[in-house]
Parts: sequence; C-alpha cells; structure tokens
Amino acid sequence: MNNDAEQMTTEGTPKETPGVAQEVPKIELVVEFSGGLEMLFSDQRRHSLSMPATDQDGKPVTIASLIDHLCRHTMRDQRTELFVLDGHLRPGILVLINDADWELEGEEAYEVQSGDNILFVSTLHGG
Amino acid sequence: MAPAFCAICKTQRALIRRPKNHQKLCKSCFIQIFEDEVHHTITSSQLFSPGERIAIGASGGKDSTVLASVLKTLNEKHKYGVDLVLLSIDEGIKGYRDDSLETVKRNALQYEMPLKIVGYDELYGWTMDQVVETIGKKGNCTYCGVFRRQALDRGAKMLGIKHVVTGHNADDVAETILMNLLRGDLARLSRSTSIVTGSNASEVKRSKPLKYAYEKEIVLYAHHKKLDYFTTECIYSPEAFRGSARSLIKNLERVRPSAILDVVRSGEDMARLVPGQTPDACGCRIKEATVPKAVEEDSVGGCGSANGRAGGGEMAVMEKELRQNEAAEAEGLETEIPVGKMHQSKRESKQLDTPAKPGNVSLPIIPKQKLGTCERCGYMSSQKLCQACMLLEGLNKNRPEISI
Ligand SMILES: [Zn+2]
Ligand SMILES: [Zn+2]
Repeated sequence: MNNDAEQMTTEGTPKETPGVAQEVPKIELVVEFSGGLEMLFSDQRRHSLSMPATDQDGKPVTIASLIDHLCRHTMRDQRTELFVLDGHLRPGILVLINDADWELEGEEAYEVQSGDNILFVSTLHGG
Repeated sequence: MAPAFCAICKTQRALIRRPKNHQKLCKSCFIQIFEDEVHHTITSSQLFSPGERIAIGASGGKDSTVLASVLKTLNEKHKYGVDLVLLSIDEGIKGYRDDSLETVKRNALQYEMPLKIVGYDELYGWTMDQVVETIGKKGNCTYCGVFRRQALDRGAKMLGIKHVVTGHNADDVAETILMNLLRGDLARLSRSTSIVTGSNASEVKRSKPLKYAYEKEIVLYAHHKKLDYFTTECIYSPEAFRGSARSLIKNLERVRPSAILDVVRSGEDMARLVPGQTPDACGCRIKEATVPKAVEEDSVGGCGSANGRAGGGEMAVMEKELRQNEAAEAEGLETEIPVGKMHQSKRESKQLDTPAKPGNVSLPIIPKQKLGTCERCGYMSSQKLCQACMLLEGLNKNRPEISI
C-alpha cells in the first residue's frame, strides 16, 4: 500500500517537497468487485485500500481518480478494456457508493471519503 | 451532495435510480415495485394458470436466480397456485458448471424447489467439450445456444412439464431485436419480441416474465436482496456479433436509459408489420400504438429535467403495451403458427396484402416463417431438420468413430 501511495503522488507531476508529501492525509476505503470483475483483480472480491486523500494536483480523490488508481495499482490483469473504455468506466458496470447508485452521488465526480465502500458490479456476464 | 429521499415513501434514503424513468427509490420500495411490475407482466399477459407446473430455466446466474426468487415470492403472495421446478442444463464443459450447479443446488434449498439437471451428453450424445474438440472454439456458442434452447424443452418434457420460463430481460430482448434487425431477419425479430413463444400446438411453451425488466435492476435486485448467484461467462469466446449488439445497447443506455425499452417496443411494433406473424392483433394494435407513441416523444427527451413527466409517460406506455399483450393473449395470439393458418391470415389482411399463393417465394420472409416440426426429433422447426439436428448431423460426420 505504501508503494501505491508513493506512485500515486509522484506520477506525472514533479515531486513535491518531501515534507509536504508526508503530510498528505490518507483515506481508507473498501473496494469490492463482483459480477465477474473479480477476475481482473486477483480473483478477490474485497480489497482494502489506503490512498492519499488528494491526487497529484492536490484535488480530493474522486471516483474517476480511484478508477485510475485501481487500473494502475490494483488490477493484476492486462485487459484494462474490460474495466475502462475511452477513459471512462466501461458501460454496463454499475457502481454502488455505500450501497447507493453512483448516479445519485455524482458518478465519476463523487469525492471519495474515508470509510467509503465502493462496489463495482458488472452486468455483462452470465444469466 | 445531500442524500436524496425515496420518491415513494419519502422517508428512507434513495439508493436506486431507475433507468427507465429516473425515479429515485429506497431499497424496500425498489424491491416492492420491481416485484409488482413482474406481477403485472405475468397477470396482464396471463402467463400462468392455477395448477400449472412450471420449470424455471436455472443457470445459477443473476437473471434466473432473480426469476426464481421473484416467482417464489409472487406465487406465495398472489396465490398463483403454480408448481415451480428448477431445471438446469449441464453443457458438459469441464469445470464450467461445477460452481454454477452448486449455486443452483443451494437455490433449490433456499427456494424449496425441486431441481432437475440435464446433461448435453444424455440429450445429444455430445458434451460441449467434445464439440469444441471437433470444431474448434470458433462458432461453438451457436452450438451451445441451439442445444441449450432445446435442452430446456426436452428436460421439461422428461419431467412432464409444458411450460418453461427463462430469465431473459429487457436488455437481452433489445439485443436480440437489434441483431435480427441488422441481419434483416424480420421473421425472427418478430418471434424474439414475443413474451410467449411456442404455439399451442407445440409441446412446451416458453415465456419471459422478466421481459420488461432492465438488466441493471435485476443486478440491483439481486444485490439488495442478497441473492446467492454465480457469475458465469461462457469460457468459449462469445459470439462476436452478439457482443457488438450488447455493447451498442450498453452505450445507448448510458446516454439514454429508456433506449432499451424503446428498442423492445420498436421491435414489438415491427413484429406486427411482419406478414402473418400476429394475424389477429394486427389492425387494432397499430391504431392503439400511435397514441402512446406521441406521449413518449414528448416525455423522454431530456435527462434529469423531465423526471416526473418522463416517469408518467413511460409508465403509461408500459401499461398500454402490457394491456395490448393481454388483449393479444386473450384473442389467442400465437407467435409461431402453422403454415396453413399463416396463409389464411395473410389473405385476410388487407394492409399487408401480397400475392397469397402458398409457396410464393417472392417475399424472402415467407420460407423462414414456415414453422413445422423437425423430421428427426419432432422439435419445432422451419426447416426439414431443426437447428440442433442439423448441427448434430455435421458433428456426427466429423466424429472419428460413430457411437450408437
Ligand atoms: Zn421508499
Ligand atoms: Zn431435430
């Protein structure tokens, strides 16, 4: 997790001063995958994550940046297109934020809070 | 963002936003309305009759698990008086069904329903693994699909059951409509829109009680009711064309959630224009259909802004459609009818008048519509041999040693 956090803050932009980087508060969240998405994430349904509360631009972590984080650090499968298409979550995947449809919460713009449970469910597989 | 409250009870936090009308609902109101709508589909289409034995085509996946759960609930609540049985197919793909059949076995206990598992080997003499060994991975979903369709019927027959219900949802129906439209196969398009297939003459009737249910809501229903289902995907590559139709539907849903039911309705409207397909209902249904069409045009335009109106309009259209189904059912609508009757009805139809000579092949649709029975197995078929028997014939030619 520390590794993830480091990569997260250093990616793309010049590294901030070490003092500042260390002060970036972390958020803890539970991310779950079901409906077949588990197979992209080490066949594991439940992942406990700890990540910086802000992205490299100092903005609060949103679902969009969480998805990016998951692709870069959590996904063990090469087939990212099964999760993200054209820079957005693949159509047909539902997101529940603390059991509520993400459409009620602002979708990709929702700012992730510490303690949140984010569930990704694919509707695309099996009947 | 402040939490929204449920549009029905106004007290609980909304957790669901319905794709067809954007209505925001709490968990319990959503579960209630989902069940109510399936009940409405069942009663308005007169799908069941008291004392009927019904086999639920059960794969352990979300759709059939939700179907089994909802039917159990509704059968008890509304006293349908039907006898529900789970019917599962084992395609004979090593390892593939192990977990899903375990799920179905648990479902059988959870829902207190008897379970019958039928294997491809006992039905066809071939397991899917053997099929793939022979023909390779390409195109085998065709085999799997054709065999599976008949397998449910044959399994039902073995149990002495005349009615099989499947978990096909609105997304599936929309997808099939698009595929048939893109193939130019209006006859099949017409059949695929029908909630009941299999004519009175055929031995097993099939129906789709979840025909108007969005896949998204099925997944949410399973989630919020904490149903025990298994995520299966055919390990052999899915048919590319179906995959494209599916992606198209999902992309459309993203920008316009009502698109799925709109495609289903368009399919139903087109079905009525296919000669001979719905002979009795034809004239009156066309007239009726123009009214809700206008309403719909008005109300489904915007996204968030037109919430309330869109909701009303959508529901009105649905209700109308469901009532039309009811009327069609009452009139003894058959979706797959014998050849003779078809020509007769063609002659009666002024609007769709074409030279009604039997055997006239100037209309490409006609030959495909002739639904008789397979010479070999007696299954409903438009050709001399049904699809399964044709595939089997090809397979058996390729089999190194012929087994008896
Ligand atoms: Zn409510
Ligand atoms: Zn046959």
